[in-house]
Amino acid sequence: MYSERVIDHFSNPRNAGAIEDADGIGEVGNPVCGDMMTFYIKVNDDKLTDVKFKTFGCVAAIAVSSIVSEMAKNKTLKEAKAITRKAVAQALDGLPKEKMHCSNLGAKALAEAIRDYEEKKSGKPTSTTEPKKAKRVKRHILCSHCDTKNPVTANFCMSCAEKLDH
Amino acid sequence: MKTVYMDHAAATPVRKQVVEAMLPYFDEHFGNPSTVYDMGSRIKHVIDEQRATVAELIGAKAGEIIFTSSGAEANNLAIKGIGLARQKKGKHIIISAIEHHSVLNSARFLERMDFEVTFLQVDQHGLVDPERLSRAIRPETILVSIMHANNEIGTIEPISDLSAICREKGVVFHTDAVATVGNIPVDVNELNVDLLSLSGVSLGAPKGIGALYFRNNLRLMPLIHGGIQESGRRAGTENVPAIVGLGKASELAAQELPHKAEHVKELRDRLVTGVHGRIEQVKYTGHPEKRLPGHASFCIEAIEGEALVFMLSQKGIYVNTGSACASKALKTSPVLVAIGVPPDLAQGSAVFTLNGTNTVDEIQYVLDQLPVAVEKLRSLSPIWRTKTAA
Repeated sequence: MYSERVIDHFSNPRNAGAIEDADGIGEVGNPVCGDMMTFYIKVNDDKLTDVKFKTFGCVAAIAVSSIVSEMAKNKTLKEAKAITRKAVAQALDGLPKEKMHCSNLGAKALAEAIRDYEEKKSGKPTSTTEPKKAKRVKRHILCSHCDTKNPVTANFCMSCAEKLDH
Repeated sequence: MKTVYMDHAAATPVRKQVVEAMLPYFDEHFGNPSTVYDMGSRIKHVIDEQRATVAELIGAKAGEIIFTSSGAEANNLAIKGIGLARQKKGKHIIISAIEHHSVLNSARFLERMDFEVTFLQVDQHGLVDPERLSRAIRPETILVSIMHANNEIGTIEPISDLSAICREKGVVFHTDAVATVGNIPVDVNELNVDLLSLSGVSLGAPKGIGALYFRNNLRLMPLIHGGIQESGRRAGTENVPAIVGLGKASELAAQELPHKAEHVKELRDRLVTGVHGRIEQVKYTGHPEKRLPGHASFCIEAIEGEALVFMLSQKGIYVNTGSACASKALKTSPVLVAIGVPPDLAQGSAVFTLNGTNTVDEIQYVLDQLPVAVEKLRSLSPIWRTKTAA
């Protein structure tokens, strides 16, 4: 199902981890859907001197994160921004059809990190320079009728069968 | 490399004795069972012998078994066959929220034909509450289908309590016993069911064979029309080698069942204790006691199941997962959602299903390798950091 390149990058991920004093951080996805990627970048002289990632997800998501970090490292911001989902998939010798969206997530997380850096640099108000704390995952929805806690994926209350408002 | 197979709910190896029993029916005894000359009629007799063996495994009579192509077909035949045959009596059916796709989607099919379907909710362990079933039954209810045990969380449903309610109210009761036949004792009279599905896949028989038990005199609309094979309830020339395989596998299962159940339960308990001792933040899903003896299912915090299953397979360990990424539809397991597992935690699902051939050594190997894989994936995970900090 997976190419040798995918298996290699999954088994030996390059550049895994966080950068404590990152210049930009990009976070995409959501653990509720099964994939979440966080990219950390260091920038010097318009060049990505370091790229690291943390990923919650399947084999493809981890391999994509690894290859994107490798493709982006030591590139200029402009070059890094030009990395497309297609290029990511190609660099991995292809991905199964239902996993193609993972290649998109990788490119998007990197782009988000670069955007975060550029916003900070241009002096726009940004929240923090600390590594972003992952958002609390929304797990429950309260039934307005009987106050039962339901999983966010439920459409109807598990206790009283009222329709839930999302 | 060592190979440790612990995904017996997905497939079981076909036993040597089963293969040997099947072989003559490919070339030597190849005749069509429907022919009048002895070459064919002898085979008809063989099929009926197998029917009796399969029936015996579940305490039924030979005439109450229909051979099908799979457990899925048996479920389809039960739900649609009864639904269509009884629709003049009413168009309401009830199934549980954790049924197999073959039951669930058969019910959805009937829904498109103006039937009404109630999906019965289960508790946190996956149990159906008999009282809740009783309340859900209406005058126009014609069929209730509740699985005997769930393949994803191992929970065994209180079938005899549920079927008693249906018997009293004159509603036909079906149970999908694909996960239980061969793993625990199954007796259609004790369970008091009208229909029961089983499959060769979980019995050590080949793929492509299953059976539906139906209580005598029950009217059933066939799904495959044609000749009068299987008493007119399922047309098509019989898959004789596979039927012989299912017969032989049933015979072996009946002999080995008591010992096997004890053996796999001991291994399972060892696995569960070991996992809890070695890995933090793990949820054991399903009922702690009322579950299949060889079934252990977990949800492991902050990692994703497909990645875990793949990493374990690189160490020769074969297990299953209900994670969204592992399903082609990329949907969170409806079973885990139904028992209230939060969707992000449901991604970390890992399911071990054991068989008589598994050993203590293999459990030890899993207990050595699993924590390593979990730790590696957690070190990559952006949500593990916050979980430990919190």
